[in-house]
Amino acid sequence: MSNIPVELKYAKSHEWARINDDGSVTVGISDTAQDQLGDMVFIEVPEVGQTLTAEEACAVVESVKAASDVYAPLGGEVVEVNEGLADSPETVNNDAYGEGWIFRLEPAAVGELEALMDADAYEAFLASEDH
Amino acid sequence: MANKTPLYEEHVADGGKLVDFAGWDMPINYGSQMEEHRQVRTDAGMFDVSHMTVVDLTGDRTREFLRYLLANNVDRLKDSGKALYSCMLNESGGVIDDLIVYFLQEDFFRMVVNAGTHDKDIAWLEKQATAFDVAVTERPELAMIAVQGPHARDKTLPLLSDSARAAASELKPFFGAFDGDWFIARTGYTGEDGFEIVLPATEAETFWQKLRSAGVKPTGLGARDTLRLEAGMNLYGSDMDESTSPLEAALGWTVAWEPSERDFIGRAALEQQRQAGTTQKLVGLLLEGKGVLRNHQKVIAAGAGEGEITSGSFSPTLQRAIAFARVPKATGDTCQVDIRGKLLTARVVKPPFVRNGAAQIEL
Repeated sequence: MSNIPVELKYAKSHEWARINDDGSVTVGISDTAQDQLGDMVFIEVPEVGQTLTAEEACAVVESVKAASDVYAPLGGEVVEVNEGLADSPETVNNDAYGEGWIFRLEPAAVGELEALMDADAYEAFLASEDH
Repeated sequence: MANKTPLYEEHVADGGKLVDFAGWDMPINYGSQMEEHRQVRTDAGMFDVSHMTVVDLTGDRTREFLRYLLANNVDRLKDSGKALYSCMLNESGGVIDDLIVYFLQEDFFRMVVNAGTHDKDIAWLEKQATAFDVAVTERPELAMIAVQGPHARDKTLPLLSDSARAAASELKPFFGAFDGDWFIARTGYTGEDGFEIVLPATEAETFWQKLRSAGVKPTGLGARDTLRLEAGMNLYGSDMDESTSPLEAALGWTVAWEPSERDFIGRAALEQQRQAGTTQKLVGLLLEGKGVLRNHQKVIAAGAGEGEITSGSFSPTLQRAIAFARVPKATGDTCQVDIRGKLLTARVVKPPFVRNGAAQIEL
């Protein structure tokens, strides 16, 4: 069974987004995505201060198998990146929704979050992708 | 419909992620490619390589045929069971396939060729064999399991029949021996010791299960690729094909120029290329910083020109990105690789990167 926390929002390109108490949004890739990609060996994070638009390719997760783009689930300014991934990319495999977060942004328009899927919708989306 | 090997059900039971490989449903990994890679470098892993093509060549003139067919010289094979790695070239010196050939008897050699080149290989073999009255017989009723790693032999030998064990335990590296329908060779594609075992498809599942019970872990094609890359072994279709000669693929060592009177297919073209000098070479690359080298990334060699990565990956053993790249002949000690628009420095090194579990280059 897929691990899909209910408190998060999801994009069709398999990123998750968490709304923090201060209004910022933390972004990572879903457990399904990390499982599909396999052992992570290198994560290229965006730059702090970089302005992203929704669906913009802004990070790269490289597994031993392949490189895969990470898209911004919503627009905004990058306020923090997970520096720890430089030395421990496998954190994305081990804790995709926690320590394996990739970047945090200050959203330009919170409304964009509504365009994302909730856990149920993402689960249904995964099922449809499988068949 | 994709082809399935006799071990397909085992892969499914083992949780293998199946992908299409040259028309076969094959496991890319069973969970963690890194773990499978490490397993082979430190202990023992097993690969289903039943998709590869086993071809038996029989007839009184088989040696003569192979002397003409292959760029390497089968006259290097004097003892029964001995294996030879060679390229099979077309008339222009391009590589049709790379293969292993075992000398068994003067009228019987066994060849193992790639799965992706099956059709053209068989067509070529049949075409060339006619003039020598050599019979080309595929053996699809056989399966093949490679057991590789420092403990591969120790873990495999007790599982064999008494007679097979007796034969297998005596094998020197790069030799194979028959025991009934089974053919056991001390060869591989990982840079580790071990066996490649050709056995009846009907017995493959049972033997796979025995190996697993003995602690030999199933290993997918993903780890097979990183293991062979670390070991400095070429992959057909990535590192060479019909548009490249062995001289441009770091396989000059497999071309037997002597005796000069031996005519082999592609010889004239290779002689000409050797005379004129090649313009490109295949080298190893080690990325200096973080990142991952991938197939088809552009390589820039200052003052020499541009090249391309033919096989690139992350080396689990070295924890650095490594690659083979085809670059201009004048490329020096370092070059730059274009990774998504950024130019990163890579060192030009001589493969292998890893052999028998140990790094062969300084990091």
